[in-house]
Amino acid sequence: MMNPPLVETRELSVHFGGLQAVNNVNFSLRDGELRCLIGPNGAGKTTFFRLLTGVHAPTSGTVAVNGRSIAGLQTHQIARLGVGIKTQIPSLFDNLSVRENIWLSARRNHSRAAANRIADSVIMDEVGLGEYANTETAKLSHGLRQWVELGVVIAQRPKLILLDEPAAGMTGHDMEKTAELIKRINRTSAMIVVEHDMEFIKRIAKTVTVFNRGEVLVESDVDTVLADERVREVYLGKQTGRQHDTGA
Amino acid sequence: MDYLIAIGLEVVSGIASLVLISIGLAVVFGMMKVINLAHGEFLMMGGYATIAASKAGINIWIAILVIAPLVVGLVGLVVERLVIRHLYGRVIDTMLATWGLSLLFIGLVTTVFGNTTSGISSPLGAVNIGPIGFSAYKFFIVAVAVAVIVTLYLLFKLSRFGLIARATMQNADMSAALGVDPARVYAATFAIGSALAGLAGGVLAPVTGVVPSIGAAFVAKAFITVIGGGSAVLVGTLSASGIFATVNQLASFATTPVIGEVALLGAAIILLRLFPRGITGRFFKGRI
Amino acid sequence: MNGSRNYWPIAAAVIAALSAIIVLPVIYDEYALLQLTIYAILSVLALSLAFIWGYGGILSFGHAVFFGLGAYTYAIGAMNFGETTIALLLSMVIPALFAAALGYFLFYGRISDVYLGAITLTVTLIFFDLASSTSGPQYRIGQVALGGFNGIPSIPQLNVPGFPDWTLSTTELFILSVAILALVYISLRLLISSDFGRVVIAIKENEVRAELLGYDARKYKLVTFVIGGAIAGLAGCLFANWGGFTSPAVFALGQSVQIIIWMVVGGVGTLAGPVIGCVLMQWLTSSLASFGTVNNNLVLGGILVIVVLLLPQGLVPTIARLARGRRPVQRLDATAGALGATPAKSEVGA
Ligand SMILES: Nc1ncnc2c1ncn2[C@@H]1O[C@H](COP(=O)(O)OP(=O)(O)OP(=O)(O)O)[C@@H](O)[C@H]1O
Ligand SMILES: [Mg+2]
Repeated sequence: MMNPPLVETRELSVHFGGLQAVNNVNFSLRDGELRCLIGPNGAGKTTFFRLLTGVHAPTSGTVAVNGRSIAGLQTHQIARLGVGIKTQIPSLFDNLSVRENIWLSARRNHSRAAANRIADSVIMDEVGLGEYANTETAKLSHGLRQWVELGVVIAQRPKLILLDEPAAGMTGHDMEKTAELIKRINRTSAMIVVEHDMEFIKRIAKTVTVFNRGEVLVESDVDTVLADERVREVYLGKQTGRQHDTGA
Repeated sequence: MDYLIAIGLEVVSGIASLVLISIGLAVVFGMMKVINLAHGEFLMMGGYATIAASKAGINIWIAILVIAPLVVGLVGLVVERLVIRHLYGRVIDTMLATWGLSLLFIGLVTTVFGNTTSGISSPLGAVNIGPIGFSAYKFFIVAVAVAVIVTLYLLFKLSRFGLIARATMQNADMSAALGVDPARVYAATFAIGSALAGLAGGVLAPVTGVVPSIGAAFVAKAFITVIGGGSAVLVGTLSASGIFATVNQLASFATTPVIGEVALLGAAIILLRLFPRGITGRFFKGRI
Repeated sequence: MNGSRNYWPIAAAVIAALSAIIVLPVIYDEYALLQLTIYAILSVLALSLAFIWGYGGILSFGHAVFFGLGAYTYAIGAMNFGETTIALLLSMVIPALFAAALGYFLFYGRISDVYLGAITLTVTLIFFDLASSTSGPQYRIGQVALGGFNGIPSIPQLNVPGFPDWTLSTTELFILSVAILALVYISLRLLISSDFGRVVIAIKENEVRAELLGYDARKYKLVTFVIGGAIAGLAGCLFANWGGFTSPAVFALGQSVQIIIWMVVGGVGTLAGPVIGCVLMQWLTSSLASFGTVNNNLVLGGILVIVVLLLPQGLVPTIARLARGRRPVQRLDATAGALGATPAKSEVGA
């Protein structure tokens, strides 16, 4: 009777040599849900995304999308199940224009005419990059590249969108715009958003999952999580110092 | 029985030759992630240095063991300074440029020495194992290969250079952190790799003879052995040489030398398909 | 992709080919035409690697294997069938099938970069060894002895389809070669600007991103490789026609290096560049040969080193930039695409 969750992981683990990057994670996301994923540097958030997209294979445990296990599927096959990702370090076709990047994303699942339409509407209306449409993405600033990648993911029209630090490197106004955009996208797609900025989290989140050392530390509504002692501890104890140096 | 011993000896000396042919390239690839496609010509120049020196009256053993590595090591220093250094981090460009160097050296040597085969006779006689004659020089080749591996092992394990080298292998920024100029480490590494190629060229000259174009025969084998071995210099070269040379020798015995050659190449392809990062990308991780 | 397709290179190719076909046979004698024909044939070969390396990002160190297969297939087919049309077709089909098998092995095994280079180089060496060891009467296919190191002599000329007795004259072979060159160039241009071509280029730019969008990079690379193999085979067929003879030298390392030199000199990532590189280097080689003093390898090698060091983008892109009044920008890695040097896998052998 009940629909299976959109994503469900069971005892999901991966280790690199001796390092448990993701450890026994049981995670589940309903259709249409917007979940925030937080945790100190090195907690395993990006690695978790890589497991969901098939870039890494788990050491043990399973991932199911729409009730279907993705074990053995290639990255592109998982993408075709409707999973889109904005990676931590924007990953774009650097020597192609903004429009070509977004068009390529739309073209995969749509006819040429529909892809043209989607590309135009994403560029003009959704991410507002009209003035850069014909600029090579390599020439854009980090902040703009973040937006381009958001546009690329949106144009894919996925059921599930993974955003790895979408607001990193953005200032107040842009951050607000990003938060608005995320809420708007959420009307049609379920999302998991990794962010470090608490203000940003408060603005968008309902449920928050906290990762620490590859494990789920807490999972609850945003106010409970932010008030949680353990969360404060892992964050205050660790967030200083290390830079974000890993990207998908 | 004698026959089996003879086959065993052939296999061992085949492995030793392959180790010698590849080790210089392996050192450079392992530490600098540079594939020097002029490697075959470095061997060729080692051969010419040996022959020229021995014709000039220098003792043959000195020509092989000292002159050849010295000359080619110096050539390597110059090549590193003029070409390699400007292309660090650009793997494919380095391959292309060294491929150009390879042609350049062939042309240069042809211009100087002419396009004919030169040779020196193998300095040791034959030993008989039962009824089968076996060139004593092959024992010398095995001895040199063993000596090279042992020396490199000690160099990597015990010396300060070895420490820096191992650090650089793991992480290029590490040597900078140890307070060494990476450019100097690279220059020294490339010179050592070149000297090893020169030594191999010298050692093999009495067996193969030399022509300006002989490098092509070496470089392909060295290239696939190094790539097949993966990033660990010694373990990788030893294991890949072991597999490839054994396949080569056994297939040669069973059929013809050409089929032996084809079997070696086929083994390389299968190996790379099974372990796309080489043997030591899969096993023996983090070894030297 | 969005109607902004650029047609002037195609128009230029048509005009250049037509004028060559009309004018050159009038002003040159047969001997000179024969010399010009080889430029056209090798330019077809250059285009095939220009496509798979420059646009597909697949650097094959053994590209000559398809060229050689095309030459041998044509020779064996033409001599067995008597009529050359099927042989001509087979000279593309067989290399394409081989490219499909090899490409499946490579791309579905996720082999890239240096490793792909090592395997393709090895494959061509195997063919060289095998072809060289086929001397003796027992090595024959149909009525054709493979001839080992000496190769196959007296290969029949192409005939007009359906007319076995109407074989091509020197002038006709010239015209055919130029026409094929133009046709291949135009087809590749159209292919590159098609939706398929956009995806191929995108995969070269960033394979992981393309896969995250749902594109099967392996499949696109395979198709690219097969198309390149077929074109190289066609060049091999023309080459066998041109000399009337083929030998294991077509599989030699030097043959593969040569194609790569054309590309590096002319410019990776363009179609015109490799053709210009090919013509330039061939012209240089034959001029040097007529002087007979300077060693060929010396010059070719020197040029390759200098171009990689000083003109890493090659002639055509550099000139195009200068013409647009901009300084050439130092690219990070001359072949970032060939290496698949996306952020996720920029290291080799790690
Ligand atoms: N491919 C890999 N090989 C080895 N270790 C890895 C690899 N990828 C990630 N790690 C390690 O796994 C741990 C988790 O990394 P991950 O990037 O997932 O953290 P994160 O939560 O995304 O951190 P950040 O907030 O800094 O982005 C880190 O210690 C990292 O160094
Ligand atoms: Mg992260």
